[in-house]
Amino acid sequence: MSERSMIVGIAAPLPIANLDTDQIMPKQFLRGIDKEGLDKGLFYDLRFDAVGERREDFVLNRTQYSGCRILIGGENFGCGSSREHAVWGLLQFGIKAIVAPSFGEIFHSNAMNNRLLLTPMPQDAVDAILADVSNPRTNRVTIDIHRRVVRSRNHTVDFGLSARYCRMFTEGLDLVSSSHARLPEIAAFERAHWTKQPWLESVAAVTRNRLK
Amino acid sequence: MRSDTLYGKLVAAHTVSRLDEENVLLYADLHILNEYTSPQAFAGLRARGIPVAVPGQNIAVVDHIIPTHPVKHRTIQDPASALQASNLRRNCDEYGIPLFDTNDPLQGIEHIIAPELGMIRPGMVVLCGDSHTTTYGALGALGFGIGTSEVEHVLATQTLVYRLAKDMRIRIDGELALGCTAKDLILHIINRIGAQGARGYVVEFCGAAIESLSVEGRMTLCNMAVEAGARGALIAPDERLFRYVLDRAVDMLTHRTEALHLWSELKSDADARFDAEFEFDAGEVAPRVTWGTSPEQSIPIDGVVPHPADANDSVARNSYERALLYTGLKPGSHLDGVPIDRVFIGSCTNGRIEDLRDVARLARGRKVHDGVRAMVVPGSGTVRRQAEDEGLAAILIEAGFEWRQPGCSMCLAMNDDVLAPGERCASTTNRNFEGRQGRGGRTHLMSPAMAAAAALSGCITDVRKMESRGV
Repeated sequence: MSERSMIVGIAAPLPIANLDTDQIMPKQFLRGIDKEGLDKGLFYDLRFDAVGERREDFVLNRTQYSGCRILIGGENFGCGSSREHAVWGLLQFGIKAIVAPSFGEIFHSNAMNNRLLLTPMPQDAVDAILADVSNPRTNRVTIDIHRRVVRSRNHTVDFGLSARYCRMFTEGLDLVSSSHARLPEIAAFERAHWTKQPWLESVAAVTRNRLK
Repeated sequence: MRSDTLYGKLVAAHTVSRLDEENVLLYADLHILNEYTSPQAFAGLRARGIPVAVPGQNIAVVDHIIPTHPVKHRTIQDPASALQASNLRRNCDEYGIPLFDTNDPLQGIEHIIAPELGMIRPGMVVLCGDSHTTTYGALGALGFGIGTSEVEHVLATQTLVYRLAKDMRIRIDGELALGCTAKDLILHIINRIGAQGARGYVVEFCGAAIESLSVEGRMTLCNMAVEAGARGALIAPDERLFRYVLDRAVDMLTHRTEALHLWSELKSDADARFDAEFEFDAGEVAPRVTWGTSPEQSIPIDGVVPHPADANDSVARNSYERALLYTGLKPGSHLDGVPIDRVFIGSCTNGRIEDLRDVARLARGRKVHDGVRAMVVPGSGTVRRQAEDEGLAAILIEAGFEWRQPGCSMCLAMNDDVLAPGERCASTTNRNFEGRQGRGGRTHLMSPAMAAAAALSGCITDVRKMESRGV
């Protein structure tokens, strides 16, 4: 069974509401011009104390949760900043999916574009799964993408996934390529758009040149 | 014709193609790039070997990592940050994208310079790799933040695969009282509807209180709509807005008549249907301050810090407990009188000239309190020069504020403007997240006037007490 149809592994409870992308990937890790090394920055202030020592009580530092592949989060997971570094860091750390009641909107798009699976479900369903995985002995979870269910030790819960998102996850659609193939159509749209509103054509270049 | 919302009209006018039930290919009139969310997008473009589709609809600026020390010629000392800036310059040169570089006199925060230089016009779609792109709704333009993969998509095609949002309308009637600003209003709204209250929606603000707001105030409001989870914010453009735009977009004066005709249609139809609606009375808004670590956790300055036991559910209770632990505050205590170490005035939320006028009005003839370090970081070079010309800078410097160079600065502390652990800061920014302004730093969001009052009195205080004494 491929990773793109079934995700199986240890799930870690992280029931923090409004866990923002600043906490997922703090500012000091945003200074690169590539995507490298972001696993080091993931949840940095939660994983390490002020002098850089591991916080042993944090769930992702506990041996029973090492190699964790799934996070069980709180509502509005990934809210705040648009930084895609948060998603890159999660993937580099080994996280394949996040189960939570809801997700920040830009984070959601970023996750889709990087094949990080997000499975939204009602709070009480998340709570039920949280109860299972909070016990290290029952912390394994299976996500069946085609059936759209999350299974923990004692619970099986459905989740929603749009057809497009499902295809993006399972097939890895390259949106840039498919849209790039439509450049003639885009150019035609643009010509009509600018005929109606000529003040929008080259608005950035015109402004920059005017202010030289 | 079917009646529609302003949001629906803007999407329809930019839809190149309908992709499926939920998604359209959306054309972007303007794409704004910064140094930290664009490098990997340019690298992706390079790897594909394709050019930027429409360079003239893209603009770049160095703002997030730039130091704000008050020196004439700025050099970025941090090697990684310096590389981000030089990399942006290289990318703009190679792909023909206009740039406002580190030492350009017009450099500033992206969301400050784009409107003030006349680049944002009603009816546009504006995209940027930054969540506060919702700001442009104040100018009748649909703006929203995107991730770096999407930045690459826009560079390659000038379009975005866009999932449609739902329509929300928030009507605010009544009048803001003395000492209350657009910042207090938006903190009030976020508190009432919650940090995800507008998630999935584009919010249209309307009502008497919105009509009487300045364009700058409207930008503050739309800027922070994203802190309620909104995918966009809009205000139907009016005469005040048209004047603001035409004063700045001087290249379009030959099109003035046809533009005004088109812009006057940028409003929701009278019978347009909204998926959700809220109403507020601006008269009920008091100066507000956040006590926690989410922008939804704010109270009126004369209120008390809530008790976790009073939270609606266990999720909120846990959030309260976690937030109070971080901010070091006690339930039931007052914020009025809490001593502060730092004051930060600036950001894309409150770094415009009107904000600095508020601060200077209070600072005139007064001094920053002993032991408080208060920074003013203008939103742009233009704002900075205007404040100097108006005499505001002299007042602020005389009062003991640091008068710095423009940039995002301590709003997210990517440069060297950072809170030390435990420091408490009165801040005019948009996020009080844990560690946002520096690890262990405690951020209290408030209006520029409230932040000024805090700087002058050494503690969080009710600006109305200062206002009523007359200044």
